[in-house]
Formats: sequence, C-alpha cells, structure tokens
Amino acid sequence: MCPECGSADVEWFTASGRATLYSYVINHRPARGFEGDGPYAIAVVQLAEGPRMMTNIVGIPNTPEDLILDMELQVTFEQRGDVSVPLFGPAGAAR
Amino acid sequence: MSRAALPSTSTDRGVIIAGAAETNALGKLPGYSTLQLHVEAAVNAVADAGLRMRDIDGVATVNAPGPVQVAHALGITPRYMDGTGVGGTSFLLHVRHAAAAIRAGYASTVLITHGESGRSRVGATPFPRGASSIPGQFEAPYGTAGPTSSFTIPVLRYMKEYGLTHEQLAYVAVAQRKWAARNPRAMFRDPITVDDVLASRLVAWPFHLLECCLVTDGGGALVVTSADRAADFRKPAVHILGTGESMDAPMISQMADFTESKAFRLAGQAAFTEAGITTADVNHLMIYDAFAHVPIYGLEALGFTAKGEAGAFIADGNTEPGGVLPLNTNGGGLSYTHTGMYGMFAIQEGVRQVRGEAAAQVPDVNISVVVGNGGMFATSGVLVLGRQPS
Repeated sequence: MCPECGSADVEWFTASGRATLYSYVINHRPARGFEGDGPYAIAVVQLAEGPRMMTNIVGIPNTPEDLILDMELQVTFEQRGDVSVPLFGPAGAAR
Repeated sequence: MSRAALPSTSTDRGVIIAGAAETNALGKLPGYSTLQLHVEAAVNAVADAGLRMRDIDGVATVNAPGPVQVAHALGITPRYMDGTGVGGTSFLLHVRHAAAAIRAGYASTVLITHGESGRSRVGATPFPRGASSIPGQFEAPYGTAGPTSSFTIPVLRYMKEYGLTHEQLAYVAVAQRKWAARNPRAMFRDPITVDDVLASRLVAWPFHLLECCLVTDGGGALVVTSADRAADFRKPAVHILGTGESMDAPMISQMADFTESKAFRLAGQAAFTEAGITTADVNHLMIYDAFAHVPIYGLEALGFTAKGEAGAFIADGNTEPGGVLPLNTNGGGLSYTHTGMYGMFAIQEGVRQVRGEAAAQVPDVNISVVVGNGGMFATSGVLVLGRQPS
C-alpha cells in the first residue's frame, strides 16, 4: 500500500535505471566477501522516479575525488551469490 | 483537553528517578555475562535509592535478555513489564513508559536495567541479519559492516548542503575528550587535537577511528517512582519533567531527510512541550554519540542551533568545559563508554549532573536534557530531567 495515502492502488513498473548519487561512505572495514576489493563505497542513490536505495558504485574509482554528490548514474546488474543486485555506474559510461 | 496538557509535574502526578547506578567497572569485562551486567547494575541502582529488591514491582529492559530473565534473576515477580527494544534509545522509552505506568497505577517502583557485553560478547545476542531480513535484502548485499558503514552515510549529504567541514566534524571528538579528561571512569582520557583525529585510521570515509564510538562491556540501571516519595531516598530526587519518543525509518537509505533527524526533532518537541521549557532553560545536554555527526544532528533537531550551524557551534567551544552548553560531559560514546546500546549511560550522566555528583560537574544544573538514538537514526527518546518538580 501507499504509505503516504493508504491507497491499495499500486503497481509494479520498470524504472528507468537513472539515478543520482545522494550520499555515501567509503568503507575501510570490509564485510565478509568484500575483503579483496579494497576500500569500497556504500552509497545511497536517488532514483529518477523518486525513491532512494542503497547500492555500490562501479565503473569509476571509489575515491572522494571521483565520487561527486549528485553525479548522474545508470543501473547495471551483477550476480552476487544467489541474487542479481542492482549497482550503479556513471551515466553514459561504456561498460 | 489532551492528557498531555495536564500538569505532569504536580505533586500527585510527578515521577522521579530515585536510584541510578552503573556497573562497578566499564570497559573490557570478559568475566561478566550479559545477564550478570544487568544484575550488578540493578543491585547498585536499588542500593543507590536505599531500597530493597522486594520494593520493586515493575521491570523494564530490552530483549534480550528481556524483563523476564532479569526479574527472575533478581527474585522479583513484577506486576508491570516492559520489553521495548528499539535500539540504544530504548531505556529512555522505558523511563517514559514507566512514568505513564506509575501515573496509571500499574506499578509504584520500576527498575530499568541495561547490561551489554558489547566488547567481550559473553551471552550476547547476534545481530539479526538473515538473508530475508530487511537489512539482509537491502543492505548486506552491498557490503555493509555494521553501524560504521551505514549510520555514517548521511553526513556527506549534510556536508554538501550545509558546509560542515572535516575539521568541524573531527572537533566533536576533541571537545568530548576534554570532558573525558576530567572523568576517571572514561575509557579514553588523553587530550586529542583535530590533527590527531584526522590522522587516525579511516573506518568509513569521511569517518576516522576517533570519530567512532568505543565498543565496551558494561551496564546501568534506574529506579523510577512517584514524586510524592521524593524525600524518602538517599539522594536528591531527579524529576522527570517531560518525555518524548518518535521514529524515522528502519533503514538508513529511507531516512526522511539525510540532513536532519526527524526522530530527534519530534521526540524533542514532545518532551519540551510536556516540560514547558525552551532551549534557553537547558543547563546540560546529553546527545547519544555513536558517531561524531550525531551530536550535530541532535543540536539542530532540538533547536539549540539553527540548521547548519551546530558544527561551528561545537568547534567554537560552546559545548566543552567552560562553554555555554555543556554537552556529553561524561566524554560520551566517543570517549567514555559505548556498550552498543548507549542510551542508559546518557541518562546516568544526566542524573549525576542534576544531583550534582558528576565527575565533571557543571555548576547549577537545574535542567538536563537527554537525547537518545536507536538504530541508524531510526528511533529516538528524549528526557527532560529537573532538580525541581517543575
């Protein structure tokens, strides 16, 4: 249901995959399974459709100099274990 | 007229904290189980009130171990139990709920306990992080590693919107260390500089080690009862003048606004309204500081500074010894202790300051405000504590 108005008139739709970088940290204490990656960004992105979600940023060095808030991003999917997870990279970048 | 508008501090409706104590030691206590920490804190708090365990008829604590285990271990069969568990602020909510229960006649004397083997993990409950849980689905796949990599995420947005500098963020730890230096029970007491903070190793950029709380073992407990008994106890009564509780979102990504804590703001407004106070009435302040940005969010949410100005307010020395608004005077979670659910220790210091028995005592504390955080800005409780009944 819609948490704003309580309406049950909701539906699934395919989002554009466009987003902007809302905020992040660069994690230096890796979780299990992430040890080999070096420091990595754990980001929250703002989808073009409105909602925010947590993700990782790919296709660009995960440094404060490269990760600029509000930069435009595009979704990509990566298989991690049993699940395919949505990640985000710079919009327009060839991957 | 709403019930909240009734004068809660009248003699027939007032509620006080009559006993307050921590475990004998804090820090690294591998010889204590979680339950033992609860028990020692409870025994100390009941003794602090000059009561006996059989005087207690209400018990509150988080699950786990929960009020049943704690009450049973203490030989109490309570007629009121509260197992509210909404993170580290839960104990502030226990105080609020105990005040309501006492006013309703459900209990006369409520014992609130905290014990956590946060460092040694003896009898500690693992974090619920199953793959089907909300964090399991929406955070763990991205390599989150506890609060250090999620509670911290909003600050970069705040820095961009309001110009908070890395040096100002670091200074939060510097200011609190100045208080800790005056407190023999604080875990870290050596003075530090902004350069020291920025040179400490990175945990989750922009946060360095010294901008993150300790991880310790310890406990604390409180005895709450009605104000008509205020003269019956060993120490000066601490009056509960106002309380509030609220929430924001269950995951950091869903926090309503990354630059302000809705939970702090709403809980603070409720507590200040009930107490009939403004920020100008507050002599002493505790803001749950799991990380250096949290006091900044707390100062702004409760209106102690305008939005975007709390970092400069702290960096200008206003919250350190000699400043106009003494903040986190035990040294806070950054320097005093942090078992994982720190809220109990913030209340303890508020009580000590109102009683006039703190290690780093602030002169003439008539009103102390305690701001609790639960989860990652998920929940908040706020208490207004006073030396006088109104």
